[in-house]
Amino acid sequence: MTFMRRIPSNIKGKPKLSQIKPDTFKRLLSYLKPYRFRLSFVLVSIIVSAIANASTAIFLRVLIDDHITPLLIQASANFSGLRNVLLIMAGIYLSGVLAALSYNRLMVVISQGILKHIRDQVFEHVQKLPIRYFDTHSHGDTMSHFTNDIDAMRMMLSQSLPAIFSSMISLVAVISAMLFLSFWLSILVFAFVFVVLYVARKIAGKSGTYFIKQQKSLGHVNGYVEEMIQGQKVIKVFTHEDKVKEEFNIRNEELALNATEANTYANVLMPIMNSLGYVLYVMLALVGGVLSIMGIVNISLAGTGLMTLGVIASFLQLSRNFIQPIAQVSQQINAIILALAGAERVFELLDEEVEQDQGYVSLVNMKQENDHMAECGERTHCWAWKHPHKDGTLTYTQLKGDVRLFDVDFGYDKDTLVLHDVSFYAKPGQKVALVGATGAGKTTITNLLNRFYDIAQGKIRYDGINITKIKKSDLRRSLGMVLQDVHLFTGTVMENIRYGRLDATDEECIEAAKLANADGFINMLQDGYQTVISGSGDGLSQGQRQLISIARAAVADPPVMILDEATSSIDTRTEAIVQKGMDSLMKDRTVFVIAHRLSTVKNADVIMVLDQGRIIERGNHDELVAQKGHYHKLYTGVYELE
Amino acid sequence: MTVYKKLLRSLREFKKPTFKTPMYVSFEVALEVIIPFMMAILIDYGIDDGNLLVVVQMGVALLFSALISIVFGALAGRNAAIASAGFAKNLRKDMFYNVQDFSFANLDKFSTSSVITRLTTDVTNVQNSFQMVLRMASKAPIMLVFSLFAAFSINHELSLIFLAVMPVLAVGLFFIIKHAFPIFRRVFKTYDKLNRVVQENLRGMRVVKSFIREDHELDKFKVISKEIHDDFSQAEKTLAFNMPLMQFTIYAALLLLAWFGARMIVVSGNDPITGLSTGQLMSLITYTMQILMSLMMLSFVLVMIIIARASSERIAELLDETSDLHDPDDPVMTVADGSIRFENVFFEYFASSEKWVLKDIDLTIHSGETIGILGGTGSSKTSLVQLIPRLYDVTKGTVFVGGVNVRNYDLKTLRNEVAMVLQKNVLFSGTVKENLLWGNEHATDQEIIDACKLAQAHQFIEQFPDGYDHRIEQGGANVSGGQKQRLTIARALLKKPKILILDDSTSAVDTKTDAKLRKALKNHLPETTKLIIAQRVASVEDADRIIVMDDGKIDAIGTHQELLQSNLIYQEVYQSQEKGETDDDIHA
Repeated sequence: MTFMRRIPSNIKGKPKLSQIKPDTFKRLLSYLKPYRFRLSFVLVSIIVSAIANASTAIFLRVLIDDHITPLLIQASANFSGLRNVLLIMAGIYLSGVLAALSYNRLMVVISQGILKHIRDQVFEHVQKLPIRYFDTHSHGDTMSHFTNDIDAMRMMLSQSLPAIFSSMISLVAVISAMLFLSFWLSILVFAFVFVVLYVARKIAGKSGTYFIKQQKSLGHVNGYVEEMIQGQKVIKVFTHEDKVKEEFNIRNEELALNATEANTYANVLMPIMNSLGYVLYVMLALVGGVLSIMGIVNISLAGTGLMTLGVIASFLQLSRNFIQPIAQVSQQINAIILALAGAERVFELLDEEVEQDQGYVSLVNMKQENDHMAECGERTHCWAWKHPHKDGTLTYTQLKGDVRLFDVDFGYDKDTLVLHDVSFYAKPGQKVALVGATGAGKTTITNLLNRFYDIAQGKIRYDGINITKIKKSDLRRSLGMVLQDVHLFTGTVMENIRYGRLDATDEECIEAAKLANADGFINMLQDGYQTVISGSGDGLSQGQRQLISIARAAVADPPVMILDEATSSIDTRTEAIVQKGMDSLMKDRTVFVIAHRLSTVKNADVIMVLDQGRIIERGNHDELVAQKGHYHKLYTGVYELE
Repeated sequence: MTVYKKLLRSLREFKKPTFKTPMYVSFEVALEVIIPFMMAILIDYGIDDGNLLVVVQMGVALLFSALISIVFGALAGRNAAIASAGFAKNLRKDMFYNVQDFSFANLDKFSTSSVITRLTTDVTNVQNSFQMVLRMASKAPIMLVFSLFAAFSINHELSLIFLAVMPVLAVGLFFIIKHAFPIFRRVFKTYDKLNRVVQENLRGMRVVKSFIREDHELDKFKVISKEIHDDFSQAEKTLAFNMPLMQFTIYAALLLLAWFGARMIVVSGNDPITGLSTGQLMSLITYTMQILMSLMMLSFVLVMIIIARASSERIAELLDETSDLHDPDDPVMTVADGSIRFENVFFEYFASSEKWVLKDIDLTIHSGETIGILGGTGSSKTSLVQLIPRLYDVTKGTVFVGGVNVRNYDLKTLRNEVAMVLQKNVLFSGTVKENLLWGNEHATDQEIIDACKLAQAHQFIEQFPDGYDHRIEQGGANVSGGQKQRLTIARALLKKPKILILDDSTSAVDTKTDAKLRKALKNHLPETTKLIIAQRVASVEDADRIIVMDDGKIDAIGTHQELLQSNLIYQEVYQSQEKGETDDDIHA
């Protein structure tokens, strides 16, 4: 089996807006659909909030021009008009605050809801992917969809998007307010916008380049650290610490350099934007002052009139509100590009084709009813294949465990065949062993039996039924697997055994553990069956983990078993003890055994010797030894098995 | 707070930019505060009075200030970037260096993935927070003080409005933060759980699929996914009060200023000296924004500190871990010979564990002897030999190498003379030769080839398309198990050690090659003490003596024949492998 190594996709290439498929954005937006009513409410709220914010400028003009200035020349000041204006403003502001509160909270509901939806969807999709996917994609890569990519989307949905949204609307509100105040000054502002945009793009671009470099060198550091920490004990045994430190420093320095540059540009953006804001302010003051002193007529949406002090003052105020949203948007651009790139990768994963299943034959339990067998819901020890036919009739075939391969060809990729013309049969209750060197195709055969992969040529029949007709879940339910790479899940020993059959009682689990000869050491553990197993530091040896995994298969009680190097991590003496349990486990079952230790397979009914994808010898132990062929050489240790 | 203090020790050469940043920020802020002042003058004396000259003068002054503000802003930004990137660099370096100094016992405490996360994600978190805090933590209080000062100097009566409004904001923020923090802390833990579930699921996909547990896994995932969703929503919904609260206080201050300000202007007749002017009112409004903004920033800084707290704690934990192996004050720098002696040795991995891993070991091995070690899973074979190169310290008793207590040696000297081939061994990405040079940087090509011949590796290396320059992928993924084992043996041989320990190092090598290798070692390295741990009786039967381990104790020591006659365990192992009938074939 080949495991392709891929560069982690999060550092692959340069995240440019132009490289992102237009579909991605559209598809991301499609997740908003269930929220369309709430979104329209959000939109309205943002508009209300923006209007409230922008009305400050108008308010200041009114305050100065319509109230303070006239009041100054009145003999006796009457503040009731001003009071009314303030009350109206208080009302506007209050609705603005409430609108802001409601859209901020609603956005949380929406963005978190979408993220949960995407997370669940991705996980669900991953469960349905064929084994081929996991064999050709590194786990770290798939993992990063759950961490980096969805995290980037979270930042965008919960922070960037609302920020940009409200910035856009404030911008519109500010622009309308400006047009209400003065056309002349508005033209000046628009001209200035181009300068600001140019500067922002320049800086954001620079920052982006270094940002990508930073991500790349971060990838280098992570990769190096990962490899070295994994080999840390070897480093110590060879007292290679100093050398490794040196190598680490080179990568670490590079990262620091790029991080400094990337952050410098990002940090400088805001102060520059701010100062540009001051420049605009001064220009407005100058031009406004000149216009006002020269008495040029002010034209605005509100009509024509004089360029008053109030107009200039509120325009100046507006100009401050104007630069901020632009700066905010340019600050969010990097985040958005990263998020879209992440979304794209997530969608790519979601577009991966799932495992196909055209099977229609299902596995059911049968029981004796009167004088014939009938299908039943409860668990019995009698199984049958339920075979619906085109004419609407049903037939039941008793599950016996008869597995036959006819002229099977197979390759993981089209060009190189791993199995050539493999034919063999396992009669019900037989123990069939597969031996051969690494890469001979032993594990591949088991991959085909439970349809982790589908054969290219030939046929596999299970009790006479072509396995492609059997529902995958039922096929796998009938095949118990104990794999070479023991994989236990975080949880108690009991939970791990019960993984084999979720409705198994405690007693049944303990019974299975006894069968696998695991009961003894489990009882010696601190909390017995309630001991929590974790990735490391639980003090279980590899052999003990293997015993738990055998118990797990035992509790599933499947009609057919596949043991792929199930006892390889157990020492021969313990294996001899486990063997007893294994023997009772294998009793009355068809069993496929793969082992590199020949002592494990010696008592098999049939031994198939595989070499480069072909069966070259078959027979029982004595026959094969007598043949003095390949098996004999393996048995006597002339060939290397792994 | 001590956690942060510990981390800040790694600042070192980046203390300067760390201090410069707030300095430049304060200049920047000072200008930001002065600018509204100038704006007020521009409006009051320029536009209001129709004096274009003042407008131009003030305009130029303003432009000039804006320019200086850019300079200081840029300097602050640059220094913040240098300081935070440098801080992160030093943190990574300190952690990595510390890990290099770890003993095996230290290493056992941390899972590989947790060390990697600390060195990567956690440092990035701290770096981002540090930069944010560096820029804002100085900016906010300075801005607050400057703005308050400026506001009071314009009009202290109106400035009292701030004092009325500020507590509202402060109390509001306090409640928001108090409510959101614990939730955030919880969220990060749930994230770890989510990652763990996904990781286990991916790794165990074959198990999941063969037991058809896809739905079970999805249910498990959904529980955690929902937990994250609920917690995050709750925390963010609380934080959503931030902006409206801020707006509320700004608007309130604005309305109050407008009301009292307008009255004051009217009463004083727009006189900036005796009362208030329009321009001053505008400035006060600007200061209102700045004061409230700075309070907002302060609250944000607090959030950042708390968010980085979990990462900081994890980093500090790794930095705090100090190696429990110490070089002696006056270390012995040479190892006399390859003799080994265990005296009343007891050993346990953790002080808390109740069971001895090794019990009462007394053992003498002579220089140049070949010793086989046999025993079942968990019988402490590996634990026994690990004490020799002092990968772990004994709990009780003493281990002598070359007649000297291993604790008295310089660690490097000891480990260079005691070459151990680990059971769980790794090759590193690089060429075959580069990997072999780990044993001895200065080895000549001839020495390398000699070592490989001894380790029975030369033949297959020659068959690689690039021979000794063949590239090995990370973890040695592209060589077979047997090839990998022989390469790691060759690597150890290049050290020319006085003691060679093979910990189940030929398990994937076929018996014939295994026999050749042992023969080569015996013939070419007669001076070297050889310890061979094996599962196969064949691998140890021709050793000078064989140690049978059982449950942390030495069950028996003797030659193959002796043990075959007297030792029950040895007999059982021998029988389980049923070697008798094939002896002739192996040695044929």
